[in-house]
Amino acid sequence: MPSAFRLASSFLTTPAWTAACAVLALFTCMTVSPAAHADALDDTLAKFLSDKFSQSEKAVGELAAEAPPQAAAILDALGDNRLMIDPADRLVAYKTGAGALLNARTGQPIPGANAAFKKVRVNNALRSAIEGAMGSLTLASPDPQKRIAAAEEVFRTRAAKALPALQAQLAKESDPRVADALKLARAAIAAVSDDASSQDRLAAIEALKARGGQNAQSLVDQIAQKTTDPRVRDAADSALSSIHARLAMWGAAQDLWYGLSASSVLLLAAIGLAITFGVMGVINMAHGEMAMLGAYATYVVQLLLPSWLQNWSLAFAIPLAFLVAATVGVAIERLVIRYLYMRPLETLLATWGVSLILQQTVRSLFGASNRLVGNPPFMSGAFHVGGLEITTNRLWIIVLAIAVFAALQIVLRATPFGLQMRAVTQNRRMAAAMGISTARLDMLAFGLGSGVAGIAGVALSQIDNVSPNLGQGYIIDSFMVVVFGGVGNLWGTAFGALTIGIANKILEPLIGAVQGQIVLLVVIILFIQRRPRGLFALKGRAVEA
Amino acid sequence: MSQRLDRLGFAFVVILALAAIAVPVLSLATPANSAFNIPPYLVQLFGKYLCYAILAVALDLVWGYCGILSLGHGAFFALGGYAMGMYLMRQIGARGVYANPILPDFMVFLNWKALPVAWWGFNWFPYAMLMVVLVPGLLALAFGWFAFRSRVTGVYLSIITQAMTFALFKEFFRNDFGFGGNNGLTDFKDILGFSLQSASTKAALFSASAVALILAYWVAHAIVGSKYGKALIAVRDAESRMRFLGYRVENYKLFAFVVSAVMAGVAGALYVPQVGIINPSEFAPANSIEAAIWVAVGGRATLVGAAIGAIAVNFAKTWFTGAFPDYWLYGLGLLFVLVTLFLPRGLLGLALTAREKSPRVEAPAIAVEEGADP
Repeated sequence: MPSAFRLASSFLTTPAWTAACAVLALFTCMTVSPAAHADALDDTLAKFLSDKFSQSEKAVGELAAEAPPQAAAILDALGDNRLMIDPADRLVAYKTGAGALLNARTGQPIPGANAAFKKVRVNNALRSAIEGAMGSLTLASPDPQKRIAAAEEVFRTRAAKALPALQAQLAKESDPRVADALKLARAAIAAVSDDASSQDRLAAIEALKARGGQNAQSLVDQIAQKTTDPRVRDAADSALSSIHARLAMWGAAQDLWYGLSASSVLLLAAIGLAITFGVMGVINMAHGEMAMLGAYATYVVQLLLPSWLQNWSLAFAIPLAFLVAATVGVAIERLVIRYLYMRPLETLLATWGVSLILQQTVRSLFGASNRLVGNPPFMSGAFHVGGLEITTNRLWIIVLAIAVFAALQIVLRATPFGLQMRAVTQNRRMAAAMGISTARLDMLAFGLGSGVAGIAGVALSQIDNVSPNLGQGYIIDSFMVVVFGGVGNLWGTAFGALTIGIANKILEPLIGAVQGQIVLLVVIILFIQRRPRGLFALKGRAVEA
Repeated sequence: MSQRLDRLGFAFVVILALAAIAVPVLSLATPANSAFNIPPYLVQLFGKYLCYAILAVALDLVWGYCGILSLGHGAFFALGGYAMGMYLMRQIGARGVYANPILPDFMVFLNWKALPVAWWGFNWFPYAMLMVVLVPGLLALAFGWFAFRSRVTGVYLSIITQAMTFALFKEFFRNDFGFGGNNGLTDFKDILGFSLQSASTKAALFSASAVALILAYWVAHAIVGSKYGKALIAVRDAESRMRFLGYRVENYKLFAFVVSAVMAGVAGALYVPQVGIINPSEFAPANSIEAAIWVAVGGRATLVGAAIGAIAVNFAKTWFTGAFPDYWLYGLGLLFVLVTLFLPRGLLGLALTAREKSPRVEAPAIAVEEGADP
């Protein structure tokens, strides 16, 4: 007795005590309605009065099986050493956090002196019985979602104690989704049990095979190891290979999805570079900084928009990012690059200088630390398609990349500006001779390329840290896309981005992320030995040797 | 201009030779409170500048005279540095934190049992020096052979050299690559038995750097002045024409590229004992691009100018980052823009043309790259 007292008093000082009281208060509210199983409950509660472990355990089992509304509160109190009995008056009660004594049967407070009450003793066997009973209580919950969650929990813990409750619920379950979850849970228990019958094991294999996934695979594996029955072993083997094949398929699909997502980012970052490089033959080392400006434009929009417009922030951010980056791009072209035509290597150095200045400017204005750009609601979260997990923001970035690509194709193919741009890309001197103002066109093309980089920045702000160094991380990859895809044809850029993005994600699980990137760089370096002007190079006499 | 350049180069060599003697004397033989005393940290700083100058001369050889703007020379520099760092690492011996006589500390930390093959022999100085030359040289040979043979030129070449150093940058960051991961190699104790902390070792390393710079200049100057050098310049100015005349253009380029890479490796090897650390950030693409601006500031195709540019820009960087740390990037960025716009031939080119009395219009040195018309 003294030891039990000490246990209880030490429990009273713990923070868990207050939490338990809060839970208890909640249960108390739920239990004010009169009990349905009045007589059965009385019998059950009477078992606690003897304060014998075996009797208490029986009572716990009955509470779980009959699941009266008070069951949860009583079990909770028992687990916390708060269940009291008064053998003389044949009363069972539990104590609340405030010290009030409530009748376990009715939930009504018991007035007067409570000296006659003593605690119901609990040992470890009883505790685990309580745990199992609590689990099965939720299995019988009226809410199907809760039932599924409870079944999933059993599937995870594989607690054999839950089996009777599981069977009982399965017998009366009407919701097919819940029934599936229950069957799975039963299968998991059968899989880890050493003495399950071959019949049970075969049923378990069937359910696990239908479920698929890593967990099911390891469970079927366990069955295969435990069984001696050749039929079960065959079934397990065929289930394993089927699960394995499906896992591999979904794994490949997931890699493909990651690859597509990486490709879309690459495409957005590289397509502007491809335009400026194609038209003007100069590499803009400040291209990444244009994306960085676009990302900061998104940040500023988020900062300035009133809260009721926040969900539409991207609708403002995309045009603003385009305008800001395009303006800066045109300024760079007018102030620096146009004086450096015919000296492409020096353009490279000068634009590198510009990128340093832009980075430092942004660092001075916004600080060197990362800025947080939130995802609008429609772009946050993820959903599942079969075994695929699809994050919504990545999906929208793919949509954005396709939209930008399509828009640029339309500009290039269906507008006079695009026609002139293609002409200058193919043969600058001839285009000039035909009356195209190449200087004006260069300015516009550079503005367009930079503006598209700005839009890429909006996309990057949704998936990456917005910091002054944002652009640096993408610039070399973008170059590789352009070098690989070749200039003068946007399809080349798209193809390059897809190839590099997907190859990267396929190599990643095989040899590691960094190794994959290195292998890819080496492959590209070797590739341009074969095709020095990229995969989709312009052909003809106009192009330099 | 060429004769004046030669005279300037001679003066530069003489000054360097004097410095190689005078700086150790002033550092070691004068009392610490004397006005002529050069404290060890300054000796070390100047020694570092000289290493950068060697790198700049190496880059000028390929960029100024061969038209190859390599944005990956930092990789050769760092590889040479790593080779030296590995030697210095092995010299620590049992004095490391974990007191393992064979394995460097980081390997003990990673729980490695044996020395990786790549580290074998690095406790022997001549072997380490051979690697300083061989590793960058062979990489340049392999890379250049592929690149020049398939006629990758202009900005494409610049970009793939940048990709090369970027790949190495990432590779060296990995712990299991076996070169110290992102911490690199550091905590060096001594070189050839002399403590790296002592003033005399620092002075000796300064002198060695000065001598190496003289040698690098002399080698580059000899190459450029030779018949081979003339052909190299012709390749720079009209690659296709040279090819049509029957020259094996790729061999000319390859030779210059490999020599240049070896010089860069030597510069890195001298750099590491003076700064006391080598880590993967030396491979960062930004470092290689910065080296290009040293050459541009000093003046391409001048060799002396490249060395002066490297020293001047780095001196400015030291002063600037000390005085106005927030504005250095503005300064560096503006330097890139202004030099390319207004000083296409660098400070030296400006000085040399300003002194020419006749306003004779000289053909711009490299104004038109072969086939630059996009």
